[in-house]
Amino acid sequence: MIEHLDPRITEALARLPDYLGSHVLVSITALALGLAVSLPLAVIAARRPTLRTLLLAVTSIVQTIPGLALLALFYPLLLGVAALSEQTLGFGFSALGFLPSVLALALYSMLPTLRNTITGLNAIDPDVRQAALGVGMTPRQSLLIVDLPLALPVIMAGIRTSAVWVIGTATLSTPIGQTSLGNYIFTGLQTQNWVFVLFGCFAAAILALVVDQLLALIERGVGARSHIRVAAGLTGLVLLAAAALAPALARPQGDAVVGAKTFAEQYILSALISDRLRNAGFTPARRDGLGSAVIFQALAADEIDAYVDYSGTLWANQMGRSDVLPRDEVLRDLGVWLRDRHGIAMLGSLGFENAYGLAMSRERAEALGVKSIADLAAHAPSLAIAGDYEFFGRPEWTALRDAYGLQFRDQRQMQAEFMYPAITAGDVDVITAFTSDGRIEQHDLVVLEDPRDAIPPYDAILLVSPRKAKDAAFIAALRPLVGAINVETMREANLRAAGGGNESSPDTVAQWLWSRIGTQKPPAK
Amino acid sequence: MKGLQPAIAFDRVTRRFGESGTAAVDAVTLAVPERQFLAVVGPSGSGKTTLLRMVNRLTPPDEGTVRVDGEDVMALDPIGLRRRIGYVFQGVGLFPHMTVAENIAITPRLMGARRDAISPRVDELLDLVRLDRHTYRGRYPRELSGGQRQRVGIARALAAQPRIVLMDEPFGALDPLTREALATDYRALHDDLGLTTIMITHDMQDALLLTDRVVVMRSGKLIADGAPQALMGNDQPDYVRALMETPRRNAERLNRLIAGGDPA
Repeated sequence: MIEHLDPRITEALARLPDYLGSHVLVSITALALGLAVSLPLAVIAARRPTLRTLLLAVTSIVQTIPGLALLALFYPLLLGVAALSEQTLGFGFSALGFLPSVLALALYSMLPTLRNTITGLNAIDPDVRQAALGVGMTPRQSLLIVDLPLALPVIMAGIRTSAVWVIGTATLSTPIGQTSLGNYIFTGLQTQNWVFVLFGCFAAAILALVVDQLLALIERGVGARSHIRVAAGLTGLVLLAAAALAPALARPQGDAVVGAKTFAEQYILSALISDRLRNAGFTPARRDGLGSAVIFQALAADEIDAYVDYSGTLWANQMGRSDVLPRDEVLRDLGVWLRDRHGIAMLGSLGFENAYGLAMSRERAEALGVKSIADLAAHAPSLAIAGDYEFFGRPEWTALRDAYGLQFRDQRQMQAEFMYPAITAGDVDVITAFTSDGRIEQHDLVVLEDPRDAIPPYDAILLVSPRKAKDAAFIAALRPLVGAINVETMREANLRAAGGGNESSPDTVAQWLWSRIGTQKPPAK
Repeated sequence: MKGLQPAIAFDRVTRRFGESGTAAVDAVTLAVPERQFLAVVGPSGSGKTTLLRMVNRLTPPDEGTVRVDGEDVMALDPIGLRRRIGYVFQGVGLFPHMTVAENIAITPRLMGARRDAISPRVDELLDLVRLDRHTYRGRYPRELSGGQRQRVGIARALAAQPRIVLMDEPFGALDPLTREALATDYRALHDDLGLTTIMITHDMQDALLLTDRVVVMRSGKLIADGAPQALMGNDQPDYVRALMETPRRNAERLNRLIAGGDPA
């Protein structure tokens, strides 16, 4: 039966044990931690109006922080704490993935439990509370024998809300390195694989529903004092956790971790690197969809072992340089800085550049007589530009703007996938584009020249973590990739990945890319 | 009463509430001998419930001393004190998530009684308050009528074999027949078990017909104290005479009715 399915579904199913297991693990841990903190807090606060108001206000504010931002904030925070603990206590811990996700999600889960527990405890009939005192209960006995059992239905309703929130929000832990069902969604969005996106959404929704119903069963069982129902609900939860966690625990831990940022080219390259490592006898694990700042710090901290970055990105964001040097000098300075400062090995350029550029439709550019960014500057005040989420905050944009005196009529940010339809439809006149993006040719766009060299070079460079920098077998496995991919090949690979068809999964494209590397002529040296 | 130690004794006891410090109970002195059945009557807000709650320290006194069996309650462990005094609450206050049997067994259970000792005790108490043990043991409070709930409340108060029972309007919300039956049953229990009972009531008739002694409270003070016959006398303060007027007139009208005459 499986053979008749769409290959994208087959691939999604193949990843399910890993993604679901990680998702369940991070959700359950976060929920347990959230409950362990919020239940006692609620009991303490229920009879203390000032504390109650304060707690509810703080947790409500936490709730207004977007889930993605809250998760992202925990990474640098923990990185600082880990560094501090390394210095003062002599041991560090991984600030990537599991820990920040658990902490952020636990914090996120607290409001419903806290609010419902407080409400439930305060709603108990005063006559009953008086009776508890009058028959000679201590405050503790009154809480355990009378207050909590009576408030339990309301408390359980809160716990159910918390569980559903945590399971839903856990999909956002992918960009900080925690594998989750969000991997489907993030990968799918970047590679226009809508089957993946929908699969991730449904999987998360079904998981949330199942957990909610199991909790509801426990809740009704407690209400009706039916031990059978409570036991059935608990057994269901334990079975779910066991089924989800078994493959995650049984799977051998990877001896190398390959990272990827959040766009298709990165997924392809990470699949390619993983294939090469597997071919050399390693068992690589993948961490796809990491944020741009997160991934470099993760490499420096040995939490991932290899990934591809771009020279201009590191030049500006990590080295803090704003000057523009020739390509070779940038690569040389960067290699020295990476080695001396972080112990990272830069194996070299893959052979293509993925620079930021400004692109216009060929037709429009010719009509306006615009060939370079210098030409564009004169027309800019009547034109609209769209950029990805990062671009307008990057030093390159500042450099570009100042070098040419660019001033656009309108400046918008959007998901890269939507910039191409936008420029085709004429909604915007100029977009930021990556020079290795296959869609430039597909949509008949031209990349404008940069006569003043305001944009630094963006060679794709292969980086290896400090601990693997000394591993000769590891380096040897990846060495064949250096200088092996020219920009035309990469554009075609990216176009295939964006195709949305059966052959568009990063793994399939990576295999195609490797088959091409053998046949294409080696880059001129 | 001289030479005999009272079961409960108030000595110039005052309790104030709120910012204004209004005295809910104002310098009350009262001694309740063992085995006495005392009624406390008076209008709402006269301090009756506060007086009762000070006996088992649900409300501590601001001034004066409350003694139970000669001991100052403030020197006793309040938890132990409450467990050895039965309390029947105005709103009954049965635990809604527990069965009748579990409600009755609560105080013995808190005191660490063995399970096999608790079960026969519950049956005994159900018999005592005249509820069928097989029918009612496993029921929840929501499945009971008001009178049945009140009977369970009394059984719960008696479960740990207290010698003192405090009752706050125990028959308040019941229909006349149930009320009559329960009141008579309780009076018999009081006598058989040798209890000392303080009962708060709004109903003068209950107070006069059921108890050994009636005290009248008004604005936190005791304004009358005596046997039911004595309170019916003409030497009482105006408020007490007004209070007695209704039952007296009702009795006279009923007598005329029984004699075959016109009640008016």
